[in-house]
Amino acid sequence: MSATIVSLPDQSTARIPKMNYLTKENGLLSWLLTGDHKRIAMLYLISLSFFFFIGGALAGLIRLELLTPQADLMATDTYNKVFTMHGVIMIFFFLVPSVPATLGNFLIPMMIGAKDLALPKINLLSWYLYVAGGILAIYTMAAGGVDTGWTFTTPLSTHYVNTNVLTTGLAAFIAGFSSIFTGLNFIVTIHKMRCPGMTWFRLPLFVWAHYAASILMVLATPVVAIAIVLIALERTIGIGVFDPTKGGDPLLFQHLFWFYSHPAVYIMILPGMGVISETISTFSRKRVFGYTAVAFSSVAIAVFGFFVWAHHMFIMGISNYAVLVFSLLTMLVAVPSAIKIFNWTFTLYKGSITFETPMLYTFGFMGLFTIGGLTGVFLGTSGTDIHLTETYFIVAHFHFVMVGGMLMAFLAGIHFWWPKITGRMYPEKISQLAAVVTFIGFNFTFFPQFILGTLGMPRRYASYPPEFQVLNVFSTAGATILGVGYLLPVLYLTWSLKYGEIAGNNPWQATGLEWQTQSPPLTENFTVTPIMDHEAYDYEWLEKQKEKEVTHAG
Amino acid sequence: MPDSHTIIHGASEAAHDAHAEHPAYLRHHFENTAQQADATNFAMWLFLVTEVMFFGGMFTAYLIYRNWYYPAFVAASHQLDVRWGTLNTLVLIISSFTMAMGVWCAETRRKSGLVLCLVLTMILGVGFLGIKTIEYSEKIEKHHVPGFHYSLQSFTDPQSDPAVYAEYHDKALPLDMARHTEVYFSLYFALTGMHALHMIIGIAILVFMIFRAQAGAYTSGHVTFVENFGLYWHFVDIIWIYLFALLYLISRHQ
Repeated sequence: MSATIVSLPDQSTARIPKMNYLTKENGLLSWLLTGDHKRIAMLYLISLSFFFFIGGALAGLIRLELLTPQADLMATDTYNKVFTMHGVIMIFFFLVPSVPATLGNFLIPMMIGAKDLALPKINLLSWYLYVAGGILAIYTMAAGGVDTGWTFTTPLSTHYVNTNVLTTGLAAFIAGFSSIFTGLNFIVTIHKMRCPGMTWFRLPLFVWAHYAASILMVLATPVVAIAIVLIALERTIGIGVFDPTKGGDPLLFQHLFWFYSHPAVYIMILPGMGVISETISTFSRKRVFGYTAVAFSSVAIAVFGFFVWAHHMFIMGISNYAVLVFSLLTMLVAVPSAIKIFNWTFTLYKGSITFETPMLYTFGFMGLFTIGGLTGVFLGTSGTDIHLTETYFIVAHFHFVMVGGMLMAFLAGIHFWWPKITGRMYPEKISQLAAVVTFIGFNFTFFPQFILGTLGMPRRYASYPPEFQVLNVFSTAGATILGVGYLLPVLYLTWSLKYGEIAGNNPWQATGLEWQTQSPPLTENFTVTPIMDHEAYDYEWLEKQKEKEVTHAG
Repeated sequence: MPDSHTIIHGASEAAHDAHAEHPAYLRHHFENTAQQADATNFAMWLFLVTEVMFFGGMFTAYLIYRNWYYPAFVAASHQLDVRWGTLNTLVLIISSFTMAMGVWCAETRRKSGLVLCLVLTMILGVGFLGIKTIEYSEKIEKHHVPGFHYSLQSFTDPQSDPAVYAEYHDKALPLDMARHTEVYFSLYFALTGMHALHMIIGIAILVFMIFRAQAGAYTSGHVTFVENFGLYWHFVDIIWIYLFALLYLISRHQ
């Protein structure tokens, strides 16, 4: 563990550059009306963290309630509202925008050598839409919440509950448009704003992953938007598109909803995979093994992701043939995910691996995502799905992918690019501790839920038979550890804003164009438009650059 | 689509030196106006793709239910007046023409021509909504708006609706099939309502553009906004043509 690649400038003489995107302008309005992709990324980071901790607090309440078999902490309908709001906030206001809106926003223009995203005003608009949707979601909670589950399943959401379905739906609708605009902006930027020499196959894999996720955002999100509009019309004026008493089909709602919400899980995980490609290459000092395969596997995940949605509906009354076909297609989507995991593993092989915090999170991601992905195959198999669906097995599966995968990748990315974003290093030892604590806490929380699920404990109930208590206590205890793991970064990252070591331009000796600029970067990113004259992850090129610097100084 | 670096290539240093020669509308983060126009244009096309997906959800629902409840959809579509529909289609196609002329005027820097075209487009758009209002009010009078007040009378007893009966001689539908006409009208109002909402947004932008055009904003070489709005307007037009075919025409004769 002693080896490290960190190379910091001499701390006694190093200074943060006086002119950078943070100091260019001052005052609240310079932030609220900014067109700078880096400032918008920071706005997103702050608001996202806020929603993450609201969603996290709700998760804490759920785990506390499940400490005992009886519904004693809260009434059962309150419990329904708590898990619904946990899902709504975590999915629409944290997971979907998490990596793209913060790191993607900050880094994509820098990685492709552009001064900004193609549409800066649309970028700012998407943040305002996000905030508007978020405020509406918070209002919903204050006004009594909603208890349909985050899936708004009909006819429950249209006929049988009298909670705030409309405002929650509107919140998701608005957040959806925020996501559409982000995706649209990324696609246009990646197509039209690359610097000279930056061909498609010299793009960092982070950019490829975001490109694939953006396709999903642009094509899938409008479909859930219209599904929500139809729900709203059904609740308000009583049209009958999903109403069986009038001949509508509630299953059609599920088709429309999952046509978005299944691709949405790839919107959530693909940008995280992009982060992992960057960290794994940097901390093994090797080009990502099978660059082209990893790049195309992102696109393949995006394409296959559109054809598997009905695996959420195996027990909902779709035909046996549909089950067969969608089960098969679901197996297919495991292939590109496995291509990524294998290629990352081969990247490690004979690499000079060091164990800085981002790498620890990356290892966490690889292990947990593999478990999460493989249990997805259990669920895609129709025979086992009938036993496992609607149990805690599902809960554990998607938390392994989303929390164990995406959140680990998000934290890996935040730590990895923190020196670039702020110009200062985070404290290494305590953040390594946080990474380990998160990993342990995570496994304690969610692994018992796989066992609970196979034993048959159903999800979405406030009470359960007493024989499940031991494993639930394990899970709740783990959640407390996990909570500590997530609070620590907030504390030490805030601390590092003032007291962290000066990072210099390229503390990790990484190859991306973003690392060849000052930290924090200038508002216009590059003083001269860069010319890309080497492949991505070319560490020899980096060595030559360093030699040049030395000769210049001499 | 061309690789963007072929467009930018070689321009980076030149653009930097010739800082004073930038046209005022070139945003700072683009290398040149060609890249700017290219990027915004591409963004507009992508946005239209999202719109296709948005309407696509409702078209899917329409096609599924039309297959399931064919007699109900036929009887219900007879309630639409194909004359109004045809007139509205003509109005929109003409407005697309005036819009296309507007784009041409902007490109050839004819200010008064542009203003005239935009005003005409707006008037035609408002005219479309006016005709739609007439159609909607007829549905309201006959209680064909889905919901609590929905009435099945026109379908269980077609002769109670003499005007439509005279034209189509529909047979009475059995009650359970007649009830499915409500699904047809649900989709009718959802589809045409969403379309009308797009028209209203378009008209609001047109009003804004008319003022800007009068100030000469689009006739100094920077035409991307007019072009992109033109794309939007044509898209809304195309959606209507699909709606006209699916809601008014395909069930007229069986």
